Amino acid sequence: MNPYLPITAEDKDIMLKAIGVNSVDDLFEDIPKEVRLGRSLNINNGMSELEVEAYIKKITNLNKSCDDLVCFLGAGAYDHYIPSIIKHLVSRSEFYTAYTPYQAEISQGTLQAIFEYQTMIANLTGMDVANASMYDGATACAEAAQMAVDITRRKSIIISKTVHPETRKVLETYSRFKKLNLIEIDEADGVTYIDKLKVELNKDIAAVIIQTPNFFGIIEELSEVEKLVHQNKSLLIVACDPISLGILKSPGEYGADIVVGEGQSLGNNLNYGGPYLGFLATTNKNLRKMPGRIVGETIDTEGKRGFVLTLQAREQHIRREKASSNICSNQGLNALISLIYLTTLGKKGIKEVAEQSLQKAHYAFNELTKSGKYKAAFTKPFFKEFVVTSSNSVEDVNKVLLQNKILGGYDIGKEYPLYKNSMLICVTEKRTKDEIDKLAGVLEGIK
Amino acid sequence: MKEYNKLIFEISKEGRKAYSLPSCDVPERSIKELIPEELLSKKEPELPEVSEVDVVRHFTLLSNKNYGVDTGFYPLGSCTMKYNPKINEDIASKAEFLNLHPYQAEETVQGALRLMYELSEKLAEVTGLANVSLQPAAGAHGELSGLMVIKAYHEKRGDLKRTKIIVPDSAHGTNPASASVAGFDIVEIKSDEKGAVDIENLKAVLSDEVAGLMLTNPSTLGLFEKNIVEISKLVHETGGLVYYDGANMNAIMGKARPGDMGFDVCHINLHKTFSTPHGGGGPGSGPIGVRKDLIEFLPKPVVVKSDEKYYLDYDRPYSIGKVKSFYGNFGVLVKAFSYILTMGAEGLKEASEIAVLNANYIKVKLKEYYKLPIDDICKHEVVLDGLKDDENHITTLDVAKRLLDYGYHPPTIYFPLIIHEALMIEPTETEKLETLDEFINAMIKIAEEAKENPELVKSAPHSTYIKRLDEVKAARTPVVKWSK
Repeated sequence: MNPYLPITAEDKDIMLKAIGVNSVDDLFEDIPKEVRLGRSLNINNGMSELEVEAYIKKITNLNKSCDDLVCFLGAGAYDHYIPSIIKHLVSRSEFYTAYTPYQAEISQGTLQAIFEYQTMIANLTGMDVANASMYDGATACAEAAQMAVDITRRKSIIISKTVHPETRKVLETYSRFKKLNLIEIDEADGVTYIDKLKVELNKDIAAVIIQTPNFFGIIEELSEVEKLVHQNKSLLIVACDPISLGILKSPGEYGADIVVGEGQSLGNNLNYGGPYLGFLATTNKNLRKMPGRIVGETIDTEGKRGFVLTLQAREQHIRREKASSNICSNQGLNALISLIYLTTLGKKGIKEVAEQSLQKAHYAFNELTKSGKYKAAFTKPFFKEFVVTSSNSVEDVNKVLLQNKILGGYDIGKEYPLYKNSMLICVTEKRTKDEIDKLAGVLEGIK
Repeated sequence: MKEYNKLIFEISKEGRKAYSLPSCDVPERSIKELIPEELLSKKEPELPEVSEVDVVRHFTLLSNKNYGVDTGFYPLGSCTMKYNPKINEDIASKAEFLNLHPYQAEETVQGALRLMYELSEKLAEVTGLANVSLQPAAGAHGELSGLMVIKAYHEKRGDLKRTKIIVPDSAHGTNPASASVAGFDIVEIKSDEKGAVDIENLKAVLSDEVAGLMLTNPSTLGLFEKNIVEISKLVHETGGLVYYDGANMNAIMGKARPGDMGFDVCHINLHKTFSTPHGGGGPGSGPIGVRKDLIEFLPKPVVVKSDEKYYLDYDRPYSIGKVKSFYGNFGVLVKAFSYILTMGAEGLKEASEIAVLNANYIKVKLKEYYKLPIDDICKHEVVLDGLKDDENHITTLDVAKRLLDYGYHPPTIYFPLIIHEALMIEPTETEKLETLDEFINAMIKIAEEAKENPELVKSAPHSTYIKRLDEVKAARTPVVKWSK
């Protein structure tokens, strides 16, 4: 008997009798004969736990993880330290085997957690309100663009080429089908080219999307952009790495209208690209235009504080085809992970993670560029990632690094043909001086 | 147990900490030397300061205020709240999966790629479609991606006037919303008196402007569309495609396949049918399957195999593009893969058979006490229409809230919209007969209470930590963030 299917043969007889049919097959008589499968599915036979473990072992043996390699790869997915308590708390099955908290009375755990998550994301980004999460940073950005279109009733979006290529590609897909006009702004010395932005701004522009630190790791100067965008009555959408907000001025302080980003770095495993979470925060003014779920505080019939899913009139359940977003399931458990991460680190810890990443990245930058063999691609201030250029292809360099058990940087030339042989290197607080020195040594030794 | 009603911010105290990091071992420089001062924040972010014990107690106490499948019976219709086998969690927690960076060289992630490739193959077989993309992050995201595929298909043929998607009035709210986000106009059709597609209504709206029809089968009423072959044929004859909403796939695994019914595109909710836990709202995973001539439109990259090696293929000129960063909710895919390994072909079929048996059993036992709008063999869920005897005006909401006192998660309520007082009960296959009987008895007891002691039901729940919440207040004066 299958361990997950507890109906016995005897149970089956009792139930069939009660229903008034002779066999389980009779319950499938409503499926027209011509579409019944009438054969077994051509997949594996069922396996015991031991057999599954053995099968999976063959698969995991084919992977080399960041446990085996020293990771200097970032580019939107980051190897930050994940405190031990996170896995213990998110493994509580009262959290992970629950559905969306539709029945508030027995879902206060999830609801309060989302409320706390919303608060921390809003505080971190310097915004008034945040939603309960989106699929990832890229889709959060696409939803923010659509939100700006709804608010401004304009149809064009400007995005800087220094925004993560995955984000730009997802936005391109969404825009094409929604018939939005997407305009990309070139970069100069690794940052958004402001003069080109000025040329493109006009009264059809709903929003301008800037990422900081941008894809090259460089911190974008937002003051001037903010003025230009708001003079044009467009919205400013800022994508950011939440870890950087431990030390950098928040998008809210610059006057951003919507802040989005990839939340993976907040305690989520790399997991070969997912599940991660997107965050989305905005101003009070735009609360009712925000997509996704929102939890609000209220009271029960006895006056006790409690939490509910609120402002649901915006959502697809009720607005159906008039809803501007179709998101339903989000990344709830990843939002919980991020909440526990931010709680564990607190205001001091996130600052320390940001500062150590910054210090170590700059140490690495100096060590790597010392001899002149690897040159800095840009001159602008950066956070935890930087780009170096050499005379060798990144593919070749990374092969040598891999032989030395180092996971090298991202090949910038793949997405930015101008920067051939250029590698985006990421250094988090997890990297040690020895590991950085080894990276520098191996790189230096490549002919 | 002592009542806990604190927010994490309310137990914060300056100076406490819950983390530990090694001290910085590289020569440190002044931060202002590295980053211009005007780019730096002048204040620390508003986050709590608590000890590790505080964090553990806080979230443990919060978890105690939740109800999951591991807590008890969760017959939430349309959501397939089946038991989530623990082995799947262990498999997904292997370091060789958890600590893989999405941009690692292909030669270092052959295992991950192989798993995705094999999972696609298995899902293609279960759905009867030619190929499956694992990229969409959830059911609604799968719908959106699938509709984009439909649009791309018509556009490639130069057939640009197909701007409409037909959606029955019984459909999930995400269907019309996804069609709208994909840039379509929506045509809603009224269902017949059995909640099925009304063939005449369908014929009336079919035209050369229709890109496709979205359908859930079994329908949201838990009933199989008996005319499915004719429906597909009618849509195909006018040049449209048929989209399968896989939310109710748990009824038909190994029994019938969307591809064989004439569906061209479908999504699958791995967090429903394939047992990956829902996480209190996600992460889900919504792979999409397509027939052969639509493969070229699938999101990129696609995992391909040649010479026993696996690759990510980005060279797909007709692809709709990327719908998500990287390759999908990989960790969720691993759990679904592990589930399919444990169940196998026979296990999946048996799961659907028992899911249907359980639903029909509940239906038969409750129809004396609750209105059964359509008395027919149902599939994996049964939709009731409130109490049979409602002279005391006891609503479906009241029944649902009273069920909390009996220790159950209530069914889905007020959906589908075409059933006014809908109670949508989906027991799933992982529940034993005793559990079903206890639930049935509770439902019958509530029906009796509704006659004899209506106040008791109207003011329910009584046993939960929190009582009915003021939702109007929450929406009118929204407080969505804690402040001092």
